[in-house]
Amino acid sequence: MEIRIKIQRFDPERDEAPHWRQYQVGAQPMDRVLDVLHTVRWQHDGGLAFRRSCGHGICGSDAMEINGRNRLACKELVKSLRQPITVAPMRGFRVVKDLMVDMTAFFEKYRAVRPYLMTDDAPPEKERLQSPEQRERYDDTTKCILCGACTTACPSFWANGKFLGPAAIVQAHRFLMDSRDQGAEQRAGVLNDASGVWRCRTIFNCTDACPRGIQVTKAIGDVKKLLVARSASPDGPPARAQRAGGPPSA
Amino acid sequence: MSRYRGGIGQWSWILHRVTGVGVLVFLCLHILDTALVVLGPDHYNAVIQLYRHPVFRVMEIGLFASVLFHALNGLRITILDVWVGLMRFHKPLFQLEMILFAVAMVPVTWIMLRPLLR
Repeated sequence: MEIRIKIQRFDPERDEAPHWRQYQVGAQPMDRVLDVLHTVRWQHDGGLAFRRSCGHGICGSDAMEINGRNRLACKELVKSLRQPITVAPMRGFRVVKDLMVDMTAFFEKYRAVRPYLMTDDAPPEKERLQSPEQRERYDDTTKCILCGACTTACPSFWANGKFLGPAAIVQAHRFLMDSRDQGAEQRAGVLNDASGVWRCRTIFNCTDACPRGIQVTKAIGDVKKLLVARSASPDGPPARAQRAGGPPSA
Repeated sequence: MSRYRGGIGQWSWILHRVTGVGVLVFLCLHILDTALVVLGPDHYNAVIQLYRHPVFRVMEIGLFASVLFHALNGLRITILDVWVGLMRFHKPLFQLEMILFAVAMVPVTWIMLRPLLR
């Protein structure tokens, strides 16, 4: 089958502004947008720049705006898309070239929420145990692949690049809801800030954009509620309260 | 720049902003025209007479619709923020909001337009 694809092109060394370029290429019905981008690059225009790594929806390298919505190019079948298929870089990031964006600030925000287990307890003899119910609380947010589709689908982020963004909050959620973690206090500063979770307007673009099906807006809502409970609690951070029930006995 | 094709959440958010700004602009104008009373009853009456014009009457329906949508949508967002578990039903909740909106708009539109139809 013949595919018409319009790609937003921008080379900062040559172009003053981004522009669209249309290509007509042959494709199989089961091809994905990534396959078509490969065909364009390998057979029509070797100058086309885009990121991809695993090509199977795991690494999160090839998130881009496909037909007006953030998607992974390696997960979108061309036969299910209206033509001409439009492909543009994610919004809100500086475009390095064509579909490649600068994600430096994105990963700085990721690091700012301290996305790792923080605990003061002495290491146990074996594992730090938790019940299936305690594990379930953050199961959804373990699926994040840091592709950036949620953050760059968020109107609050387009309006203010300082906003922490859904992806970083999802990462914070993964540890805040973990019964073994005690880092709520250290993470609260960056989350409970004007550029933190409160800039979320419950728009759900992030949830719709997530290629892993994470309930992103719900995760942000969980973090908002945790911060409210923290500030309302006279006994300090409810990170301790989360630990109620305790780990299962070995 | 092309348009991002967000879902119901994006469009209800845009409408929430537009109606919010619209109601705020009306409120400012209304404070101004009410303040004309300090210049004397004639000025005030002349301006208030404008509101009786059919075009204004129709615009008042728009004002009511803006306030109603803003209130219902704000309530929906508040409910979702308080009961986070309901977020998975945010689309049916928006549909329910639209049904309530329509149910309120039909009789109100009739009541507000009736004087013009006589």
